[in-house]
Amino acid sequence: MHELSVSSAVVDTAVKHAAGRQVLLVSVRLGHLRQVVPDSLVFFFDLCARDTVCEGARLEYEVVAARLRCEPCEHEWGVTEPAFRCPLCDGARVVVVCGDELEVASIEVHQEEPACIV
Amino acid sequence: MHRVKVRVVEDALDANNTIARANRDDFDRNGVTVVNIMSAPGAGKTTLLERVLRDGVEGLRVGVLEGDVQGSLDADRLAHLHIPVTQLNTDSGFGGECHLDANMIRSALPTLPLADIDLLVVENVGNLVCPAEFRIGEDARMMVSSVAEGDDKPLKYPLMFRACELVVLNKMDLLPHVDFDVDRFRHFLDQVHPGVTVLETSARTGEGIEELRRWFASLPDRAVAPA
Repeated sequence: MHELSVSSAVVDTAVKHAAGRQVLLVSVRLGHLRQVVPDSLVFFFDLCARDTVCEGARLEYEVVAARLRCEPCEHEWGVTEPAFRCPLCDGARVVVVCGDELEVASIEVHQEEPACIV
Repeated sequence: MHRVKVRVVEDALDANNTIARANRDDFDRNGVTVVNIMSAPGAGKTTLLERVLRDGVEGLRVGVLEGDVQGSLDADRLAHLHIPVTQLNTDSGFGGECHLDANMIRSALPTLPLADIDLLVVENVGNLVCPAEFRIGEDARMMVSSVAEGDDKPLKYPLMFRACELVVLNKMDLLPHVDFDVDRFRHFLDQVHPGVTVLETSARTGEGIEELRRWFASLPDRAVAPA
């Protein structure tokens, strides 16, 4: 259910960076741990994009697999289930290396003039 | 017309987090510690608050911000405590959101008696998913789960069970009447959020209420959660 909230935040971020230009494509990186259902995100993105410069834009996504690292023993491993204890030392001081992204990576926009290349 | 790619690389929730930091600065300036209470609907947040705040939290002047989609039922229930209670409805100007976000709290700041309180307790909208994503400028987050909800909830809603410093297992008085295995719940919780503090409570019998009151009282010294 939080796909609606997330879509709305994605649209807001894209609109800000579009600076008034029409958006054609929005690329996002979704960490596995964020439990975002991509199909729902695309559905809600279309709704949230209405009446903004993102209206009609395509949303493309990349799902980032989750990797954790145990701080004391430095073991690093991948997870698909929410299991956050170190499988080697049973430690609890575990950090997320990747997999909690909810990132707008890039957008593609229509631009009237060629971009100024300095 | 040219098609131009613009590199963004920005967390979609950056805008919310920026406002949350501004809220946090305002709270800090006023010497107010903020705790964000989250749970599914009906886990017992309001009843727990009634019970904990009835006799006060030692050494702290407490205020409550009630977040609901609609209505002031929860704020009305706390009126008899004679502490400042502010109702924030997410349907008035916020699109009926299923959670509180930093901007809503920002809008409510002028209505909060920050000079007269030391601890602001924010009761979030009942929801096990979205509130976990939206920081509001709080110092600590507490999550309430009840034995009436099932012992597998940590595995189903890991985001929520990870986004807190305290998990309260409420309605312990119902344990004889429900198929809830406390050890199983604690085992699942330990997988999802190793080492998190757990308090077992019952607002009805008073079990764990004193411990919860002490946790509230310790918050200004802890201020653990980064905005």
